[in-house]
Formats: sequence, structure tokens, C-alpha cells
Amino acid sequence: MKKMGFILASTASLLMAGAAYATDVKIGVLNDRSGIYADIAGEGSVIAAQMAAEDFKAADKGINVSIVSADHQNKPDVGSNIARQWYDTENVDVIADVPTSSVALAVNEITKEKNKIFLASGPASSDLTGKACSPNTVHWTYDTWALANGTGSAMVAQGGDSWFFVTADYAFGHALERDTSAVVEASGGKVLGAVRHPFPGQDFSSFLLQAQGSGAKVVGLANAGGDTINAVKQASEFGITQGGQSLAALLMFINDVHALGLDVAQGLVLTGAFYWDMNDQTREFSARFQERNAGQKPSMIEAGVYASVLHYLKAVEAVGDKDAAKVMAKMKEMPTDDPLFGKGTIRADGRKLHDMYLFRVKKPEQSKGAWDYFETVATIPADKAFRPLADGDCPLVK
Amino acid sequence: MFELLGIPPQVLFGQLLLGLINGSFYAVLSLGLAVIFGLLNIINFTHGAQYMLGAFGAWMLLNYLGVGYWWAVFIVPPIVGVTGIVLERLLIRRLYHLDHLYGLLLTFGMALIIVGFFRQFFGVSGLPYPPPPLLTGGHNLGFMYLPNSRAWVIFASLIVCLATWFIIEKTRLGAYLRAATENPTMVGAFGINVPLLVTLTYGFGVALAGFAGVLAAPIYAVNPNMGSDLIIVVFAVVVIGGMGSILGSILTGFGLGLIEGLTRVFYPEGSAVVIFVIMALVLLVKPAGLFGRSA
Repeated sequence: MKKMGFILASTASLLMAGAAYATDVKIGVLNDRSGIYADIAGEGSVIAAQMAAEDFKAADKGINVSIVSADHQNKPDVGSNIARQWYDTENVDVIADVPTSSVALAVNEITKEKNKIFLASGPASSDLTGKACSPNTVHWTYDTWALANGTGSAMVAQGGDSWFFVTADYAFGHALERDTSAVVEASGGKVLGAVRHPFPGQDFSSFLLQAQGSGAKVVGLANAGGDTINAVKQASEFGITQGGQSLAALLMFINDVHALGLDVAQGLVLTGAFYWDMNDQTREFSARFQERNAGQKPSMIEAGVYASVLHYLKAVEAVGDKDAAKVMAKMKEMPTDDPLFGKGTIRADGRKLHDMYLFRVKKPEQSKGAWDYFETVATIPADKAFRPLADGDCPLVK
Repeated sequence: MFELLGIPPQVLFGQLLLGLINGSFYAVLSLGLAVIFGLLNIINFTHGAQYMLGAFGAWMLLNYLGVGYWWAVFIVPPIVGVTGIVLERLLIRRLYHLDHLYGLLLTFGMALIIVGFFRQFFGVSGLPYPPPPLLTGGHNLGFMYLPNSRAWVIFASLIVCLATWFIIEKTRLGAYLRAATENPTMVGAFGINVPLLVTLTYGFGVALAGFAGVLAAPIYAVNPNMGSDLIIVVFAVVVIGGMGSILGSILTGFGLGLIEGLTRVFYPEGSAVVIFVIMALVLLVKPAGLFGRSA
């Protein structure tokens, strides 16, 4: 009797194994959970990753997804340690998000070394698909080249042909300043100067005064999150725009506009990859997300985490395995299709291509209430929105 | 006109003035720390969180009760002061007989809890606080555009610093305070309620932090981390000025604001560290600080 039971049990388990493979996938969401980028990524990105796993119905498809998260405190050393520990001892297969370019560049290297996968939604530096490009990284949402191309060209087209930069003094700020300067100069404008401020900063008055003194027509803010909020607030205080200069917030998130209020932020032109109020699908997702994220609408970074995790899971399902090389090949081969970014592709250098948008912040009287902040000024088609493959100096495509 | 290292004088004057304005925040905050350390021997690491409470207090008054900025300037500091008094009565009081280190750990932990609590409810991006009509706009001074809000900061903090200095150095109450600092047992023997004095002093130091927070609300983003960034600098200011020295902390606050302002012109990348470099140098030459008396 005992023997019979054993045979039955083993047959049953054999049958089950034949019916469905079981793949355990562990996703690590690594970002800023307490500092100046915690509202644009932070816990929201973890929620986005969870929603991706739920919406994909991963469990029904034989993929067991577990999600872990950690705070990199915007410090490359802290981020590197967590990434190594995750890969070496905790069997993490994928790291997602990672805002703060300096941290992302470190995670990019470690991921390559350990042959895992990095779904970069948070970082901006275009070096991730340029000289630092990696066969293990997908740069999903946006990059400094796309921001420069969107906002930079738009400002020059409006007559803003002389620029002064207020730049966050680390990898991201430097890349954004570099890429924007290139756009400005290519469109016939000139760059009069730049000042590098410590990251993160609090008081920008001194730097804004230097920008004011430069006589440049456009003051370009090459910073993000809390730094941009403080800089825009203080620019309004010091009468930068009343004095005839224009302000270009080169990277601005909807959460920043929420924090500033429309009185201060109105009229700013910005480049983005996602806005919650674009179509029925984005509105439906954003409503569900808002419920779970303390009333905040998703930022484009959080939207990117959702979409990139979704695409990754589709690739794992298609391959039937989580081997990094196979899954990366599948991700690049399959066109992407998700409710937030629509249809797109991933290029050989790891750059995800989709439309980008030029938004303008609404006037208070145009807005119907909280989070109704952007109007779309222009759509930049996917093939024009990102740096051409040949210009990136990515060793993978040479 | 003369130029200094390629910087035109207008720019230089503008930067000096901005340095003074930043120095005002350093002065008010370090003054509060110095008062507390002088009497309680507590290194109040909650100071940054209490500064943040001041800014949030102003925001809450405006958004929940419709009470404007000018009322907040008077209402919020005492409220923040009272939260300090509660903290002193319940917790800090128990640590007076122990080493400084325990007070530091307790207040640091309290700061983390308070900041974490606000972060949970309000996020990190911050909240908009529109400046009152009187503080919008500004004046062109010829060498720079001075927003009214900044002019007000420098004016208000000078008044508060001078008043505090006057009370502590020139009045009878101040004399009690200074005496209690030197020898609490003896002062108690003269019939003065030293524990009450200590509690009120802590409340007053904390109220100063709250006051600085209200001043900051229309200028900086009102967010839970606003104090954590500032407090480290302010501690350096106190160390440079000499722990517990009232006048020292006021003068060093304004002075270091100026030096930081100049660094922002000549070498902006170094502006975040210049104060710490000075701190290291001062500690090498005068370990008790510029105005401190060595024990």
C-alpha cells in the first residue's frame, strides 16, 4: 500500500512538471526611498513592479515572481553594495528602476559582470546606452539626450538662443548639460556659461543670481526632483522670468509640479515619456496606481518600471527560462506593447524607443484640480526622440 | 571699476548679501543650539526636525485653518516650543546625569522618528507655500534684485538674535540662566526653580528652530528633509563658534554664510564642504572654537 502511494505521488508530480514549468524570478527594485527622488521613484516603483506581476498573471503562467526593494540613498557605494549582495547571495535576477545616474552607472557595470539584467527606468544619463552601454541593460523611460532634444530644441525654436546652465554636480547633471549644450549649439544658439551646484542643494539663490548676471536668454536647470523644485521656486522669487529670461526645467516630473503648485510652475515647458491623462489605458492604470500609492499619480519613472517589468516577464514566458542572455535577446527581438507606452522596440544598444512628448504646465485656471497639470504641445515620434544609434559610441554596435 | 579675480563688484555685492541671508538661518538655528547646549549640556540633534516642524506648522495653519503667514510667525514658534517642552519633560530630562552621548543619541533618534512620520504622510517632494502679498516682489538695489522675502529674513533674524543675546546677557532672567549653567545646585539653593528654568530654556531654543522654519516656508520647499540637510552645517557653525557661546554662534552664523556665499562664486563645487574645512582648521588651532572658553 505504501509503495502504491509512492508511485502515485511521483507520477502525479511528473505529470505536473510536464504540464507547466515553474520559473522563480526575483526582481529587486533599487531606488531612493527617503531622499529627494523618493516621490518620483521610491515606493511607487515597487508598487508599479507588483502591479506588473499581477496584471501579467505571472503565477498562472508558471512564473513565481518575488519582489524585493532597497534604498540606495543616491550614493553609488551604497547602491553597488546592495546590487552585489542581491546578485551574489539573494538570487536576484533583475534589478529595476535605479534613479540617480551615478548609482545606475555602477549597477550597470555590476549587472554586466554578474551576467544579470538591469531594467533602467529611473536614471537619465544617456551614457547608459552610449560609452557605458551593456548587453545586460535596457534603458527604458527617457534619457538626457531625449530631454535635451525635446526641451532644448523647443526653447531655441522660441528664440532662446543663449543659455546659462545651473547644473547638479554629478554624472546626471553633467550629462544633461552636455547633451543640451550640443542641441543648443547645433541649432545655432550659444552657451554663455554654467555653474555646478552641490547635490542635493537647498539654496539656489546664489547660482540663480549668477545666471541672471550672465544675460542669457534661457536659464537651463540641469537637475531633478527636490533640487528642481527649490530652484524653480527661488527663480520665481528672484524674478528671473519677470526679468525677461526663460526658465527651462530640463527634467521635471509631475510630482515636482504638484509640489510647486501651478502658480509657480505654470508655463514651464518640459519633455516627458508618460502622462497619466493621455488615453483610457493610462487613465485606468493611473487610477489603480493612485489608490495604492497614497493618492499620488504615477511619474514617468514609475510607469517605466511597470512597463519594463511587464516586458521582461513576457520575455521570460516566451523563452521558458530566465537565462539572462536568452531573455535579453528575446526582449530585444520582441516588439514591446504595454498600456502605458504603447508599441515600441528595444535597440541593440539597450535603448527602448517610444514617442516622447513636449508638455506645457497648465495655468491654474486651466486645471480642473489636483494632478491635472500638463497639456501636450508636441509629440516627438520614437525615431526622432532618441539619439541615433550611430552617434552613441556604444561599443556593442561598432 | 575694480574687478576681483574676474568677478565684477556688482556680482560680488549680490553674493555677499545672499551669503548674509543664508547666514541668518545659520545664526538663528545655531543660536537655539547654543542656548540649549549652554544650559542643558544636551547636543540637540532634533533641531533640524524642529525647524521642519516650524515650516510645516506654517503650512498647516494656512491650509487647514486659513491662518496666514504673519500670524504664523507669532503662533508657530511657541507651538513648536511646547512640543519641545513635552519632549524635554518626558524624555530628555532623564538623561541629564549621563554622558553627552546619550542625549545626542536620544535627540538624533527623535529626529529620525519625527522626519519619518512626516515623510510617511507628506512625501518628500514638499508642499507649496505661497508667500504673503507683502513678501512677493522685490527691489532692484542696482547690484542685484533683492526679493522682499529675503530682506524680511535678514531683518527678522537680526532682531531675534539681538533680542536673545540681550535677554541672556543683560537681563535678570538671563543672569539666572547663566548662573544655573555654572552651578545649578547653588542657584537652586537661592530659591530659583532650576528644573523649570531648564525646561523653559529648551522650549525657547526649540521655538527658535520653529521660527527659522516659518521664515524658510515661503522660500524653500516645505518638505520633511529640509532640516536634515541644514542641521549638519549648523552643527559645524556651533562647533566653529564655540559650543554654548551665544554671541559666538550669532557671529559665526552670519560670517560662515558670507564665506559660503563667496565660495559659491569662486568655486561653486566646493560650497558644500567649505564650512567643514573651516571647522577642521578652527579645531586644529582653537579646539574650543573661536569664541569658546576652554574648560
